[in-house]
Amino acid sequence: MTRHATAAAGFLADASRAARHDDALWFFRQKRDKASAIPEWESLRNAASALKAHAMSRLSELLEEFERKATANGVQVHWARDAKEHNEIVHGILRAAGVARVSKSKSMLTEECGLNPFLEAHGVEVVDTDLGERIVQLANQPPSHIVAPAIHWTREEIGELFHRTLGTPKGETSPDALAAAARVNLHDALLNAGAGITGANAIVAETGGVVVVTNEGNADLGMHSAPIHICCVGIEKIVATKDDLGVLLRVLARSATGQPISSYTAHVASPKPGGAMHVVLVDNGRTARLADPVLRPALHCIRCGACLNTCPVYRRSGGYSYGYVIQGPIGAILAPATNLDAHSSLPFASTLCGSCADVCPVRIDIPSQLLAWRSRSAAAGRLPRGYSIIFPILGRVLAYLGRYEFATRWARRLQRIVPTAWLTGKRNPWTRPGRALPVIADESFRDWVRREGRRS
Amino acid sequence: MRVALAVPCYVDQLRPQTARATLALLQRLGCEVDLAFDAPCCGQPMFNAGVVSAAHSAANNWVRASSAFDAIVMPSGSCTHHVRHHIPSFVSTEAAAHASRVTYELCEFIAGPLGLPTLDGRFPHRVAVHLGCHAQRGLRLGGSTELHEGAAGPMYTLLAGLDGLTLAPLDRPDECCGFGGSFAIGEPEVSVAMGRDKLADATAHSAEVFVSSDPSCLLHLEAIAAHQQLSLRTMHIAELLEEATR
Repeated sequence: MTRHATAAAGFLADASRAARHDDALWFFRQKRDKASAIPEWESLRNAASALKAHAMSRLSELLEEFERKATANGVQVHWARDAKEHNEIVHGILRAAGVARVSKSKSMLTEECGLNPFLEAHGVEVVDTDLGERIVQLANQPPSHIVAPAIHWTREEIGELFHRTLGTPKGETSPDALAAAARVNLHDALLNAGAGITGANAIVAETGGVVVVTNEGNADLGMHSAPIHICCVGIEKIVATKDDLGVLLRVLARSATGQPISSYTAHVASPKPGGAMHVVLVDNGRTARLADPVLRPALHCIRCGACLNTCPVYRRSGGYSYGYVIQGPIGAILAPATNLDAHSSLPFASTLCGSCADVCPVRIDIPSQLLAWRSRSAAAGRLPRGYSIIFPILGRVLAYLGRYEFATRWARRLQRIVPTAWLTGKRNPWTRPGRALPVIADESFRDWVRREGRRS
Repeated sequence: MRVALAVPCYVDQLRPQTARATLALLQRLGCEVDLAFDAPCCGQPMFNAGVVSAAHSAANNWVRASSAFDAIVMPSGSCTHHVRHHIPSFVSTEAAAHASRVTYELCEFIAGPLGLPTLDGRFPHRVAVHLGCHAQRGLRLGGSTELHEGAAGPMYTLLAGLDGLTLAPLDRPDECCGFGGSFAIGEPEVSVAMGRDKLADATAHSAEVFVSSDPSCLLHLEAIAAHQQLSLRTMHIAELLEEATR
């Protein structure tokens, strides 16, 4: 079995946890359906898709425009070629200012770059201030969902974790009490950090500003209370104008959490009086993807998580089964670009049902990208085990009527002779999880037609 | 109307009753059905597994067989989807374009070229519907919840027109059943978990019959239902319509 299939089987082994996970995410999907039931929804998706395609087609110009505007606003703009440069730039800023403790709001880019372990190795304490992020940080885990990082945790487990790490009373499972304990813990970090790191949901070339969307206000608190704000952002997050941003914000929260708009949307264009603001623009493989006409649309992603929530495979296999910082269908097309050898099972972790493409607010045709990755995996010799033997043989047999009929007649004969028990053991992936063997009919349709002597 | 019946490989071998029902139904609806289509497989299994090179011969022979006909019907949404949308992406011949144009999924053909949105028939049962994702989102033969569309499309209209039939609404009407071709063996645990949930949705809404336009979804669902010893009856839409219009 592939790496994803093995991990998914492990996740499903705890049936009640898997069912709860599926239900929790389906709830998000239903909220998204309600919130997006507005007359202009499909037009908004078209507009969002077009404005992202436009921004990618003018990426270098827009980034330079952003740099000019941001610099004029008093922001220091940094360019990072890869994760290592990004981490060093952030650490350099902190070291120069003598910062030993930072607060950090949700940012998949910093997860992608491994910023937390890097800073911790250099003696900087990082406190993740998004509640879900804080939960997985206290548990020393990565996020399992790009929008809901701790979706795989139950309330009881969080109560136990907080009892151990934050000193809440044993057995405390009330969401209000647990959130209050987290708030006390986070306020201390937010108000006493030497710098506030945030991600960005978008950056706007026209204004040189960055836009951060949260439901908890933690990004705003972090960036406004610390003397230094560092915004870390992938270069594909750029949009040309404020009008474009308006479209993205309308589709983002509806797709992500089923809200018309998130609780907090911060547009930050300049440092606070007396403070400093840095923006670190990160490539880390994005321009290589831009140069690839097939994979390019994956750069349009706004990380709303709608494709995760709707994906019947993600819901039943859990975020960790993907083994990558971005999970679900979008992760399955982003991860192989970073390392095909490590992530070659992900393009196959899909039935190609197409639901992801239909919820995607920027209309990324994920199933087509999955198919493209499957054939690239074949070209790179990274197909799931057995595929490179089975499918070429199958192709040679199924292409020609004579071979097909010869092979199926033998299969029919063998079916009569071979005991069922031989075919239904643990090694047969069809029957193992609970499926009966398929039965080859005594007479095929073609044989019936011949016997009946019918041509029409 | 003259039409060729193209029977997908796995229907020919594992579900010949679906092909026979399709033939009987089309003849009953006044079609002159040509059974001379002589290519066994459109190549979808190889293509979807990523082994596109192994799908070429099958696809080429399929479109060659198609060139003799002006209309071709297949009792399968996913094979129709492959012929219509995938083959032209890697076979750039006029024959491939022709096959793409003239190949229809069964319900699509009855409601479209045949011009019969409803049929005279009777099927006094409570029926849950599963289109198959390639029919649903690939061929757009059913309204999708993602797009805020109700359960609509040729198959729903044909079913709703039958006397005595009641539809069992599902909680997740267009959720994938988990078959997914090579996915069913490559990710068997997830595949079966999805199938179980699909069947549970139908039985929770007291469906007596689970009908699909895709025989591959049915093979997977029936294998799970048999293992679970469910009493739910599974039928292909051709079988249901043929029985209802006798």
